[in-house]
Amino acid sequence: MSEERYIPRNDLNIETMQINLGPSHPTTHGIIQMDLQVAGEDIIEADVIIGYLHRGFEKMCEAHNWNQAVIYTDRLNYVSPLINNVGYHLAVEKLMDIEVPSRGQYVRMVLSEIMRICDHQTALAAAAMELGGFTPFLYLMKGRELWWELLERVVGARVTTSFTRIGGMVADLPDWFAAAAEDILLETANINREVHTLLTRNRIFIDRTRGVGYISPEDAISYGFTGPMLRSCGIEYDVRVAAPYLAYNDIDFEIPILTNCDVYDRFYIRLLEIDQSCRIIKQGLAKLPQGPVNHLDKNISLPPKSEVYGSIEGLMAHFKLLMNDNGVRPEAGEVYHAIEAANGELGYYLVSTGELCPHKCRVRPTCMPFTQALPQMIKQGMIADVVPCFGSINMIGGELDR
Amino acid sequence: MSELLTIPLLQELFGETILESHAHRGDETVIIPPQSLEEVATRLQQDERLRFEFLMDLTAVDYLHLDRPKRFEVVYHFYSLTHNRRLRVKVRVDDGEPVPTLALLWKTADWFERETAEMYGIKFAGHPDPRPLLLYPEFKGYPLRKDYDQRASHPLVESRRKGESA
Repeated sequence: MSEERYIPRNDLNIETMQINLGPSHPTTHGIIQMDLQVAGEDIIEADVIIGYLHRGFEKMCEAHNWNQAVIYTDRLNYVSPLINNVGYHLAVEKLMDIEVPSRGQYVRMVLSEIMRICDHQTALAAAAMELGGFTPFLYLMKGRELWWELLERVVGARVTTSFTRIGGMVADLPDWFAAAAEDILLETANINREVHTLLTRNRIFIDRTRGVGYISPEDAISYGFTGPMLRSCGIEYDVRVAAPYLAYNDIDFEIPILTNCDVYDRFYIRLLEIDQSCRIIKQGLAKLPQGPVNHLDKNISLPPKSEVYGSIEGLMAHFKLLMNDNGVRPEAGEVYHAIEAANGELGYYLVSTGELCPHKCRVRPTCMPFTQALPQMIKQGMIADVVPCFGSINMIGGELDR
Repeated sequence: MSELLTIPLLQELFGETILESHAHRGDETVIIPPQSLEEVATRLQQDERLRFEFLMDLTAVDYLHLDRPKRFEVVYHFYSLTHNRRLRVKVRVDDGEPVPTLALLWKTADWFERETAEMYGIKFAGHPDPRPLLLYPEFKGYPLRKDYDQRASHPLVESRRKGESA
């Protein structure tokens, strides 16, 4: 708590010292560097240096065609890769002015919410462990693993999902999916209850997080905060409600809002959002409409692999979409499409010149504003507060540095 | 397509300053000259009828060899929480032509402008902290320009000595 903190006395001639936290410090996840000026235990100045994981996402997208760029989106937020896939393809579909059939929209929504749960669970797990709570880490990772194993059975990959395509999905959900998801939803609710008992009223956890890393709502807007970080500052903004995409309009769910703007609320709001995502998944699976998941136009959506290898028509359709100088060529123009990713507004800004490759494929990194605001959160605090602050912003290097 | 809400209002407020406008796929877009950017941005943020509190994204596009009036477009995406509307503002500049910084109006512009500056070589006049963001200081060239070879490689740089920070 701030009033109990050690305050450096001016009459003591305290020398300041430069400390580098990261890039090879475990709590910085190996990819960002914090350059701190400390006097004793107090942080006087802080600077954040990023870019250790920059791989040239935009340049690579510009060198590949519209269908190929999706694999790069997996590698943005690698804790919830499928949301990035969905966001990219919704933007491409907006650019091409097409709409996915309603079953495809529901499938995308259900998978996005599963990813949101995984992302929140990972964020909470890592943050709890960094504060010494190893049990919640194990519980939450177990919970995430259940979803990832389910996704692996559907998608075939754990991290590099690339499961969406222009005009739809790689495949429909299998028949057993709803029953399997139902079981994991129950387990997720149990884990959430356990984590509540372990963290939310835990004196040690509260002491480490309450009032720490404060950022005012005005600053949060100025920094461009979105997602759980903004909603824990009492500002109600969620793209799923402000500009509903996919099937979110047909679903009954709530947006949790907390008002303390501190690390504790950022953790707590993620726990609350996991419950809401469970509600969305449950309703989405119950309402899942019949019909195709993919757009029916063969000039837009890729044929299923069984047709490509099993029929001449399928092979030709595949050829006309992928080989040599063939492929989708969206009409020249530009779009920005935003979706609610686990960390906030994930926007894609695409520019087409009517060519095979994107002229520009920009992604708005959701965690960049949080990382930029980190010095303000940790300044005047103590070194030990850096860890919970950094854990609460859920910085994902792949997305931050692109 | 939804009806246009912001563009007519901006045309009424700024008149000739709005060089062009379009709403491709429903995204309202205006193009303004760089010298009016600060004035327009301040009004966007503060005018009751506009109230674009969020600067969601800031980037640039290189239109080399594409027969555009100027080579680069700096693109700003604004979002109004009050009115739940979006607006894209674009500024056209040539190589070396400065764009005024918005870092004093939106804190988020600080890092976005640093990134745009190092990737495209666009100068943001008055930026409070013009260091590179994602690239290292010794990096040569502007990687997102269209004339930058995507296979270009760079030599290893000397490791920094104690006390030298990036």
